[in-house]
Amino acid sequence: MASLSQDVHVDSHGAHDEHHHEEGFFSKYVFSLDHKMIAKQYLFTGIFWAIIGGLMSSIFRLQLGFPDMDLSWLKPVVGGWIDEQGKLDPNFYLALVTMHGTIMVFFVLTAGLSGTFSNFLIPLQVGARDMASGFMNMISYWLFFVSSVIMFYSIFLETGPAGGGWVIYPPLSALEDANPGSGLGMTLWLVSMALFIASSLLGGINYVTTVINLRTKGMSFDKMPLTIWAFTFTAILGILSFPVLLSAALLLIFDRSFGTSFYLSDIYINGQALPNQGGSPILFQHLFWFLGHPEVYIVILPALGLTSEIIATNSRKPIFGYKAMIFSMAGIMFLAFIVWAHHMFMTGMNPFLGSVFMLLTLIIAVPSAVKAFNYITTLWKGNIIFTPAMLFAIGLVSFFVSGGLTGIILGNSALDIQLHDTYFVVAHFHLVMGSAAFFGMIAGVYHWFPKMFGRMMNKTLGYVHFWATFVGVYLVFFPMHYLGIAGFPRRYYQWSGFETFNTYADLNSFISIAAILTFVAQFVFLYNFIYSIFKGKKATANPWNSTTLEWTTPIEPGHGNWPGEIPTVYRWPYDYSKPGSAVDFIPQNVPFSATPESNLPEESILVEKEKEIDQIKYDYNIPD
Amino acid sequence: MTIVIALLAVVFLVLTFLVIGKTQSLIKGIKQEEVAEESMGVDKANDANAIGLLVFWVLSVIGAAWSYMKYREDFLPEASSVHGRETDYWFWVSMIVITVAFFIVNTLLFYFAYKYRFNKNVKATFYPHNNKLELIWTVIPAIVMAGLVFSGLLVWNKVMDDAPEDAEVIEIMGKQFGWQVRYPGVDDNTLGNYSYKLMDDSRGNVFGVDFTDENSFDDFTNETEMHIPKGKPVLLKIRARDVLHSVFIPHMRVKMDAVPGMPTKFWFHPDKSTEEMRAELGNPDFNYEIACTEICGRGHFAMKLRLVVDEPADYEKWKKEQKPILSVYPDFLTDVPEKLKAKAMKYLPATEEQVTQSESVGTTASASLK
Repeated sequence: MASLSQDVHVDSHGAHDEHHHEEGFFSKYVFSLDHKMIAKQYLFTGIFWAIIGGLMSSIFRLQLGFPDMDLSWLKPVVGGWIDEQGKLDPNFYLALVTMHGTIMVFFVLTAGLSGTFSNFLIPLQVGARDMASGFMNMISYWLFFVSSVIMFYSIFLETGPAGGGWVIYPPLSALEDANPGSGLGMTLWLVSMALFIASSLLGGINYVTTVINLRTKGMSFDKMPLTIWAFTFTAILGILSFPVLLSAALLLIFDRSFGTSFYLSDIYINGQALPNQGGSPILFQHLFWFLGHPEVYIVILPALGLTSEIIATNSRKPIFGYKAMIFSMAGIMFLAFIVWAHHMFMTGMNPFLGSVFMLLTLIIAVPSAVKAFNYITTLWKGNIIFTPAMLFAIGLVSFFVSGGLTGIILGNSALDIQLHDTYFVVAHFHLVMGSAAFFGMIAGVYHWFPKMFGRMMNKTLGYVHFWATFVGVYLVFFPMHYLGIAGFPRRYYQWSGFETFNTYADLNSFISIAAILTFVAQFVFLYNFIYSIFKGKKATANPWNSTTLEWTTPIEPGHGNWPGEIPTVYRWPYDYSKPGSAVDFIPQNVPFSATPESNLPEESILVEKEKEIDQIKYDYNIPD
Repeated sequence: MTIVIALLAVVFLVLTFLVIGKTQSLIKGIKQEEVAEESMGVDKANDANAIGLLVFWVLSVIGAAWSYMKYREDFLPEASSVHGRETDYWFWVSMIVITVAFFIVNTLLFYFAYKYRFNKNVKATFYPHNNKLELIWTVIPAIVMAGLVFSGLLVWNKVMDDAPEDAEVIEIMGKQFGWQVRYPGVDDNTLGNYSYKLMDDSRGNVFGVDFTDENSFDDFTNETEMHIPKGKPVLLKIRARDVLHSVFIPHMRVKMDAVPGMPTKFWFHPDKSTEEMRAELGNPDFNYEIACTEICGRGHFAMKLRLVVDEPADYEKWKKEQKPILSVYPDFLTDVPEKLKAKAMKYLPATEEQVTQSESVGTTASASLK
């Protein structure tokens, strides 16, 4: 690629003229190879999807909170799915629930979160000119884009989008006779997801390669920011588990279109017995959850990584237990692969398998608890600055704890008998992975906005956004546990048909109002975000006084990130408030020999090591 | 309900105004101190946010306690099975454990956030790690988890163990959109074979019952209610004929997926009759219900079946009153092999027309035997 000429260009013209390097509109903004632009593309697409996904939840919350409401006024939006009496069509309700889940899990919290921040931060924090392969990175985004277009188109089909739940369990998802959404809507869902998986694999391979191969001089693994560790683990999880979802989807495509029987057996529908025999719907569930469970960690780990950075910076303290954090993330990553069947305790799976998965599932609570304790201890005796990012990071920790704890109950197969597929599950995962990961993403946007756009976001609006969202999320999901304990099944269009579930109408209305208000509050963020891109206060190069490498770049880093040589790294990323130091942060690229006043006794040998680091031969070209 | 809505709206409004008001007044104040602290990115709202977090937590604790008291009445509907009370017990034990953890951890989080808010005269403590602490908070959760796993395993193995020999076997089948129940009948007490290929709604063979199997002859079905005896183990044989469904009996703490092509089962020991529950809850209209908890399409939310727990004597009496499938749909006699026709005959309805019909069939049967 143009890497060599770019480097020469930058070196010969000095620091401030990257922008004069003329790129066409298309190669700069559309088919960009630059990781920062690709990150922004992911971010904008993610935000777009978050609005769609949030809007969908508002509509079905109206149905659940106010089952008797006349929804005719929604006709301009959802058209024929509202009948003459102003009632939402039950099939469309299921489609909304399905699409909300798919969009939020995959398009917002996987692509929007990992795609944005892995792309943006990995090269900047490890000290690389760009991703290992800018071209693959571009392909990754555009596959995601095409996948998004297909999914978006499917929403407007006459038979509706996929409607079998985001887990698309066959036979419901395989038989058009069973559900109109299982026709063309499901086909497009599968095509879209296949492209999405390809996109996410290309991205993941790129992230891992970049982290392993393109670290700058001195950036050994034990000096990497926790963010990078988190992104790396996430990428590995994705690389190993997404292909399994692809195979599950492919077999489903075969069953749907080519008459195979991987998942279908003994089915009588629409007045006739189907010829399929010998397949197993449980097989699909195993394959699906082999991705599906790692997926929740794919969603939460990057958020935890971002939070580590934000909490350390704004507490003006090193993250507590850096190594414990790495080990617990590694533990979570490993265990994430072997707990999938806790989603299947009540599927008729062998009960012995249930016991094994219950044991493994409860073990994963331990590293998760360690992480939470480490965050809290990082706050202890800190000097905390509540930027909007910091507030969201604290909110994340609270959600992670509150939502994670109920996982201990759900992971216990004996207790799961009653709670499986009730609102207790819905409340649990919306707190621990939904809201927590969403807060991580938002915190990341507030924190790295200055580096992305060279301007600051408005803090006051940030505070308003935080308080409305934080309070709102708890008001939505805390009472939801009550519904679950009372046995309310999920994916119900309404509950009043059952005597057992004919209570809590007030609670459901309350949740709906809180949910819709919380959704509306997100427009404060949207306004702030868009306004600040153009009119925000100009940022400084390192507005949060942070130690990691991205803050050593110019205010708006150009192609290649650093105008001159890439800084060399001498120390770990968390030298905040070091005793003896006059400033309360020492960036990673400051050698120990320059800070004799604050070096700890054991760090004196590191002074010697600096020469070795300086002598490392390193090729700074943007590789491709 | 309107009160709740109004309250919520007020809370949101007040919060918004508080934050806006506070920040507005602070923005004025900041103007002077801005220079001093701007370099740190600290504004005057810092204290407000810190206090806000603590206040939020205090209000949350009050809200959580209040709402718990208000809503607990409908938590875990009264358990009516033996294992149900056991899982309920462990649910509340686990709930206490996690509630304690919930309050401790969140309290520390919000208290530290408040206590260690920015103070320009203070420098944060450089405290990067402490292996002893890490060890402590690895081991303690591990021990608690081990305890919960152990208790969970014991209960799980007991619940999932094979049903006792004398269990009352009942088949329940999910279809879009309703539950169908089949009983093994009063004579042989064995469910007849079935095959999905024999299913034929137009003829009335919803279950695909195989009438070449003599065990099928006395089987009877029901699509409006399921009766079970009190005080006797009940084994549900569960299947589905189109898509996944899941049998959920909230009061019995029973849940198991119904899978096309893979029969599943769940056994339980109901020990409160419908009448007893009516008396206990003071609700003469009370009924046990069976619901579906696996998304199955448009009517998923309406797959309701009434469950009646009878005293054993009433149950036996009720069973005797039920009409076998053969007697409701005498047509199926044509499916019965010749040599079993005589046996099948006695389940046919005893109307005169059919008596003659069956006699003639009987003659042919005996004729063919000769």
